[in-house]
Amino acid sequence: MVTANLRAGDLSRITDMAEVKGRSLWADARKRFMLNKAAVASLFVLIFITLFSFAGESIAPWTNEEIDFNVIGSADTKGMPSIASGHYFGTDDLGRDLFARSAQGTRISLMVGFVGTFIAVLVGTVYGAVSGYVGGRTDAIMMRIVDILSAIPYMFVLILLLVMFGRSMFMIFVGIGLLSWLGMARIVRGQTLSLKHKEYIEAARASGVSSWKIILRHILPNLLGVVAVYTTLLIPDMIMAESFISFLGLGVQEPLTSLGALISEGSKSIVQGSLWQLYFPLAFFTVTLYAFYFVGDGLRDALDPKDR
Amino acid sequence: MTAPLLDVRDLRVSFHIRRDGDMPWTKPRELKALNGVNFTLNAGETLGIVGESGCGKSTLARALIQMVPATGKVIWQGQTDLLTLSPHQMLAYRSQVQMVFQDPLASLNPRMSVGSIIAEPLRTHHPELSQAQVKQRVQEMMERVGLLPNQINRYPHEFSGGQCQRIGIARALIVGPKLLICDEPVSALDVSIQAQVINLLAELQRDLGLAMIFIAHDLSVVKHISDRVMVLYLGRTMELAESQALFAHAAHPYTKALLSAVPIPDPVKERAKTMIPLEGDLPSPMAPPSGCVFRTRCPISQDRCAREVPALLGIGHEVACHRVNAATLETV
Ligand SMILES: Nc1ncnc2c1ncn2[C@@H]1O[C@H](COP(=O)(O)OP(=O)(O)OP(=O)(O)O)[C@@H](O)[C@H]1O
Ligand code: SF4
Ligand SMILES: [Mg+2]
Repeated sequence: MVTANLRAGDLSRITDMAEVKGRSLWADARKRFMLNKAAVASLFVLIFITLFSFAGESIAPWTNEEIDFNVIGSADTKGMPSIASGHYFGTDDLGRDLFARSAQGTRISLMVGFVGTFIAVLVGTVYGAVSGYVGGRTDAIMMRIVDILSAIPYMFVLILLLVMFGRSMFMIFVGIGLLSWLGMARIVRGQTLSLKHKEYIEAARASGVSSWKIILRHILPNLLGVVAVYTTLLIPDMIMAESFISFLGLGVQEPLTSLGALISEGSKSIVQGSLWQLYFPLAFFTVTLYAFYFVGDGLRDALDPKDR
Repeated sequence: MTAPLLDVRDLRVSFHIRRDGDMPWTKPRELKALNGVNFTLNAGETLGIVGESGCGKSTLARALIQMVPATGKVIWQGQTDLLTLSPHQMLAYRSQVQMVFQDPLASLNPRMSVGSIIAEPLRTHHPELSQAQVKQRVQEMMERVGLLPNQINRYPHEFSGGQCQRIGIARALIVGPKLLICDEPVSALDVSIQAQVINLLAELQRDLGLAMIFIAHDLSVVKHISDRVMVLYLGRTMELAESQALFAHAAHPYTKALLSAVPIPDPVKERAKTMIPLEGDLPSPMAPPSGCVFRTRCPISQDRCAREVPALLGIGHEVACHRVNAATLETV
């Protein structure tokens, strides 16, 4: 160690030396993420898909509700994708423009994914952090509740809820979000538990830092990585769940649509041969899910300190 | 005579252990991690605490500053019993007693820069200081412990173990404590670095007039830095004496066994010394032996040792053993 053998004369020089910039774990992680080509490409794909879902309807010559009367009734022969007719992705059986419908469906699917995940992350993180930090009997009781809840087949419950209270966007958000925070709560609780016994938390407690400052300064920043990774992996799960429900015909209602609903409709058109009705929504669905998984994977590799 | 800085009397800590899978109504088992420990510590003095892993050294350190619930008395400067203070009242004393931890990297938050790590106690206890004042104090302290002050914005993972421990020491000293508790500060470091850190601690202690509790599991580390040494075994004091006296003529069979395991640099003496091997394993602290807790591994135990707990006797050089005469320190 050089610094141990300093002479007094050196000290004044040292204080004048320019401050060295640190390399925070976040900066490290960002660098590692940027090196992961699949993850970065997926991130761009996601950005592109999001832009499409919001702007797609305004660049399309047809809105999602307009019916092209030239096509109605004979979609399989006249509604195919074509630049000339302005139906870039073709039309559905009712003569509605699939380009605009795909944009709308993607937007709604993404929204369900984000809002559902947001609820799950919020509830799960708070629940898990409290359970882990308080510990003891409170923790035991809170975790048994999670165990009991996760023993319930949630898709079944969600379907029941939708049947009982009617189909609405709100119900889907709440249903999916509130039923899927369990995994998040478990992960955050486990992480908090292990963080709580870290020596730096003990050091902070020993020198009198208050509990909420410990949670804010020491626990949350160290939880953030895990939460971020789990969140990016939760979004596609939500999209999948919503699509499944929509595929069963219990999801969003017309005139709204989602990727799942579009795929469901498209699959019925296979017999007529208008395959574009299936391919375009399916392509968006698959690409979106893969992109989320790649980004999540990239984040995990970038944030997981064990790799080093 | 002025009161000692710290007067610890009959300090006890019990943990209540429930095993996984226990029913909620089964009574937790009691683990007596600390079973009536007494000592005093004067200002500027260093007390070394040694003992095997699990004998309660860290628990002792934690109990002094209310990090684990404890009973007994911890009297600060002859006036305040720290154990009776509310968390709010305790706050004022937390800047007086600071700790240095065993694992240098784990004791630093990986997401915080070195500057903010060292500044944290200062910000907590002196919120009135300005940003610039804090920074200046931090840089002075970094220089003091042998770190380059221009590294203030770096992160813990960019430093070596020895440097991380220096950061830990800087964090502990920045609020000007009177007592520094070092819980195995060098156990996790390379042997070559250990000496540097110990020398730094000794130097800082001398310059700042610090009292120090220096915990280690091996006597050779404690030898040079301690004025007095306390030997712990299963939560009880076995021997407590001036460092010189303890190393020159240890009286307790456990201390003798520990000493015989310390290598002597002189090869002639090393070969000549008698090894007293410690037989068997450390008994479970949940079910300590009756009478003298050391009796299951003691080479000279008698019937009496199983029946009666030996008291810690002697003046200046205290020993807890039925077979040691407290006055002459001879084994009888
Ligand atoms: N929070 C706790 N809950 C339950 N038991 C504990 C707790 N902390 C310590 N113990 C137990 O108390 C005993 C003493 O532990 P302590 O950490 O004080 O030992 P130590 O002497 O510091 O050992 P080491 O050299 O390994 O650090 C051990 O048997 C340990 O298992
Ligand atoms: S009291 Fe007995 S068992 Fe304990 S150390 Fe002395 S001789 Fe050994
Ligand atoms: Mg310990």
